[in-house]
Amino acid sequence: MKPSRFSYLAADSVDNAIDMMRENGEDARYIAGGQSLVPMMNFRVAAPTALIDLNGVPELSKTQDGPNGQLQIGAMTRTRRLETDPSIAKKNPLLSAAAAHIAHFQIRNRGTLGGSIAHADPAAELPGIALVCEADIHLRGPRGPRIVTAADFFKGVFTTAADNRELIEKICFPHWPPQRRWAFKEISRREGDFALVGIAAWFDINDAGTISGCAIGAIGAGDTPMRLRRAENILRGSVPSIDLFREAADAVTADIDPLDDIHASGEYRCEVAAVLVKRTLTEAWECSQ
Amino acid sequence: MILADCLREMLDLTGTHLGCEHGVCGACTVLADGTAMRSCLIFAVQARGMAITTVEGLAKDGRLSPLQEAFRDNHALQCGFCTPGMLTTAEAFLAENPSPTRAEVESAISGNLCRCTGYVSIVDAIIDAATRQRKAASE
Amino acid sequence: MSRTYIGEAVSRLEDKRLLTGSGTFIDDVKLPDMATMAILRSPHAHAIVRAINLETALALGGVIDAFCAADLGVDLPVIPLRLAPFDGFERFLQRPIAVDKVRYVGEPVAVIIAEDRYVAEDALELIDIDYDPLPAVTTVDQAAAGQTLIHEAAGENMGTRYTVARGDEDAAFDGAAYTRRERFVTNRHGAVSMETRGLIAEFDPDKPLLRLHGATKVNFFNRRHLAEAFALPETSVELIEMDVGGGFGARGELYPEDYLVPIASRRAKRPVKWIEDRRENLTASNHSRDIICDLEIAATADGEILGMRAIVQGDMGAYVRTNGGVVASKAAQFLPGPYRVPSFTCDVQFLMTNKTPVGTFRGPGRFEANFCRERILDLMADDLDLDPAELRHRNLMTPEDLPYRIGELVPGDPDATLDKGDYPAALNRLLTECGYADWHADIEDPDSRVRALGIACFIESSAAGPPESAHITVSANGGVEIRTGASSVGQGTETGLAQICAEYLDIDIAGIQVLHGSTTLVKTGGGTFHSRNTVMAGNATRIAAETLKDRAIALAALRWNCEVDNLTYKDGAVHRSMENITLQELASFAENRGETLSADALFDNEKHISYSYGAHAAQVAVDVATGVVEVEKYWLTEEIGRALNPALVQGQAVGGVVQGLGGTFLDHFIYDADGQLLTGSFADYLLPTTSELPEITTIAMEDSPSEFNPMGFKGAGEGGIVAVAAAVGNAVSRALRPYGISINELPITPDLLRKALRGGGN
Repeated sequence: MKPSRFSYLAADSVDNAIDMMRENGEDARYIAGGQSLVPMMNFRVAAPTALIDLNGVPELSKTQDGPNGQLQIGAMTRTRRLETDPSIAKKNPLLSAAAAHIAHFQIRNRGTLGGSIAHADPAAELPGIALVCEADIHLRGPRGPRIVTAADFFKGVFTTAADNRELIEKICFPHWPPQRRWAFKEISRREGDFALVGIAAWFDINDAGTISGCAIGAIGAGDTPMRLRRAENILRGSVPSIDLFREAADAVTADIDPLDDIHASGEYRCEVAAVLVKRTLTEAWECSQ
Repeated sequence: MILADCLREMLDLTGTHLGCEHGVCGACTVLADGTAMRSCLIFAVQARGMAITTVEGLAKDGRLSPLQEAFRDNHALQCGFCTPGMLTTAEAFLAENPSPTRAEVESAISGNLCRCTGYVSIVDAIIDAATRQRKAASE
Repeated sequence: MSRTYIGEAVSRLEDKRLLTGSGTFIDDVKLPDMATMAILRSPHAHAIVRAINLETALALGGVIDAFCAADLGVDLPVIPLRLAPFDGFERFLQRPIAVDKVRYVGEPVAVIIAEDRYVAEDALELIDIDYDPLPAVTTVDQAAAGQTLIHEAAGENMGTRYTVARGDEDAAFDGAAYTRRERFVTNRHGAVSMETRGLIAEFDPDKPLLRLHGATKVNFFNRRHLAEAFALPETSVELIEMDVGGGFGARGELYPEDYLVPIASRRAKRPVKWIEDRRENLTASNHSRDIICDLEIAATADGEILGMRAIVQGDMGAYVRTNGGVVASKAAQFLPGPYRVPSFTCDVQFLMTNKTPVGTFRGPGRFEANFCRERILDLMADDLDLDPAELRHRNLMTPEDLPYRIGELVPGDPDATLDKGDYPAALNRLLTECGYADWHADIEDPDSRVRALGIACFIESSAAGPPESAHITVSANGGVEIRTGASSVGQGTETGLAQICAEYLDIDIAGIQVLHGSTTLVKTGGGTFHSRNTVMAGNATRIAAETLKDRAIALAALRWNCEVDNLTYKDGAVHRSMENITLQELASFAENRGETLSADALFDNEKHISYSYGAHAAQVAVDVATGVVEVEKYWLTEEIGRALNPALVQGQAVGGVVQGLGGTFLDHFIYDADGQLLTGSFADYLLPTTSELPEITTIAMEDSPSEFNPMGFKGAGEGGIVAVAAAVGNAVSRALRPYGISINELPITPDLLRKALRGGGN
């Protein structure tokens, strides 16, 4: 299980990386943490002719505050940092909590936020969190920069709105109010495995005690991470209660379209997505009380 | 060439083992600038400028490290094939978390497969090593 | 003073090298001018091979040679049967490389020899093969129907079939107050050791010499067959054992590669290395388990077993490998287990399919048999409204029932007899440990999970096979060396044998070195399987040490010119009134006389097998809404006669339990209807990790030493795994009894449980 031959190019800036991509053509690939790409290369299911390494591009690992309380995270930020950096946890605790579920310690040390988003595995945690947090994906390619919302970014299994010459510069998470209720739950065969199904949810309560805003996202429940709009509509404007959460859970099935694989049937995923929606919302509610 | 092959084939550091070559088994874990990583999932050329510590670098002056001693004393290995990856992982983990709970240790090594021991003695050894290291530090 | 090592949790001699990265596993060996070999394996489960074109691959820079069956002439050897060589199997033996037809995904088709593995894999992609795919046989039902024949010449897909029986079946079943019949399915999984297989061959036909590094398990058997295959005298074949990263039954059997690597070396006239990668490992190394058992039980209204009858169907895969027949035959033999079962009949069928061939995996047949029997006993307990422990007590053989001749339950095997023991004592100890009498399910739980405790009993045989050798030498520098024909696959054999030697010679263990396995060390050896090392090699070491003491006394008598009667041996030296002479001095003395201070021994238990026995208990929590099962606590008791090293024994038990939890919940070779393996990576073939770890209590009992070896040892390597699916299956079924669920199939997955729950029970 050794990779095929490829040329290796170490970029030192985003411009440099894009130039390299322009020069090396269709079969070149950017490599971020490589924790998904390298196994595919070792199995020879991926055989890029050139790898453009983004690990030496300092501007891609910067994390900073943007306008309106936005949290801007460079694409090459390691998953482990998402999990352990208290300033990230403070500004988006859901992102931190979900990051801890990704694979294992050693993988999280190398894997990156941008790499996971770009890979777009429908069962992966970070694409789901980007979606449920309504993050913006900042892309740049030979034709310049552009911003794609997470909702428009994930197109299918391992398929995104980015063309293969674009790279992700940063992911911008909107302001996270400190009072926001949130939780993340997933079911996997073993700790660190891809989720059979997972649910991320948050909601805000207004002064009247009703839910003013919310989002519920599912991973492993279709060919992309998915928003559970029907469940969200049930929550919005209502007073939180276990019965309300149960009602929301009952509405899940119509919004998802999970696939069968050897680890679980689509039917299982449907059923358990509903269970997890109820549990996730309950936990979000109870933890904050 | 992946880093593990470079260590094993070019540098004759055969203590780093390849158990799956796709990042699941953890046997090839090394420390890169003190951080535990899979050496089957990074290319040797990407390690340029990094300080790489393999299992061969854990014992000092021919003496086992406290972690290695704890593995021996707790019978935390049988065939020994996964052991280098367990040690490097635990080394990095204890540096970050010198007083771990059992659950934290279990989580830290959940990405390292062992087929012989059933893990219990490995968890015991890492807890024991933490105690030894804390004791040594306070003396 | 007198030193005590036996029974002590001595630190392992192996550990220092393994902890510092200085162990030598096969992939760590580099020989001058060594080339690398890679194998092109069939992507089809069943296909005619029309044409193979190696030209493009051969032209690639760095490629030394390439070959396929057509390049090897007609006289390709077949991989022999070692165990369970039943009549009929000879029609289904495998040749090292596919001839005209492939029969499973992963079967070797062509070989590349190259300068390194990267180039070799590049070359594999350049081999052009024209396949003509055939329908695949992927179930035992399809195999039995025989519409598609896997081996046309055999005219059927039934590898062999036989019936074994004892007692009066009709008397047991006709008019029995209680009968129940159930189908049980154990999944296909396997050893999957952390180190994959690997070999280095040095083949010089002119000398002649074939040296094969990386061998293990049964080296003397394998040497005999390799010598035959390559028409060499046995003395010209050397099998060399390195550090081995786990065996569990699969490693060290003869496989196609044991022939292909030597052939490659002969062709290239260079040492050739082959290291199995993990993708290969999951299709090329033996699979195991994979039986379907239709089991029927007859009993009185009080739950006294009158009889069992069963049909066991084993899925053999595409060829019968060295020990493939063991799995289903032992499953049948162990079905009655530790209970009084006056009548037992079993129809045993070995069916060929287009899958990877099967072989043994730790506790072969036992894991499967215990699952089937213990499940039906629990169902019977529920039907008869009896407590499961009480039901077992009513049927377990008591010390008065033993020894008990079980009858000829495996054709060709010697008549097996359960030796003395106290099975109820092991169960009682278990019940005490797990607090069975006071156990209750109502534990507070945020997810309202349901809990239950399940129990299971087992017996486990050990130490079958040929005699084992040990040779002890003391050198003039004081070092003591043990050489044995037994192999070490990572279980601590070096330490165990050194403990025995150190105790009997009354010397410090630190000065002892143990060399094992290689055919160059000793004249003969039995090998390592069936939990036999401590029994066989341990007793051989004891005999060698005792002989060496006598030899030391004789040498001292010569040196002092006195009678041996006045001499005593202690503290690593021979003593007379006021003086002594150490082993080292005697070794020096012997050397000056042109002799050595050494002793040879062979231990033969004359096929008298001792049975370990015990019981398992599991406490599970089942999340009914998600089907997720957590094993919270696990207990096991095992009577092993005598523990040589309690830490090693515990390691075997705990390791066995966790491996068994894998087989119960995770490990699964899944094939689709075309015979494609869907679990060909560690992302899909799931092994247990720390995230599945229950709190485990293991109790090794030493109350019933074996009568068949003077040290009283019984095997301790497999008792940890053999009843895990049984105990867990019972616990999960008990938890889900209100939902009408019985666990009859492995692995127990969240998906499987939810499916059953959706269906309102089975």
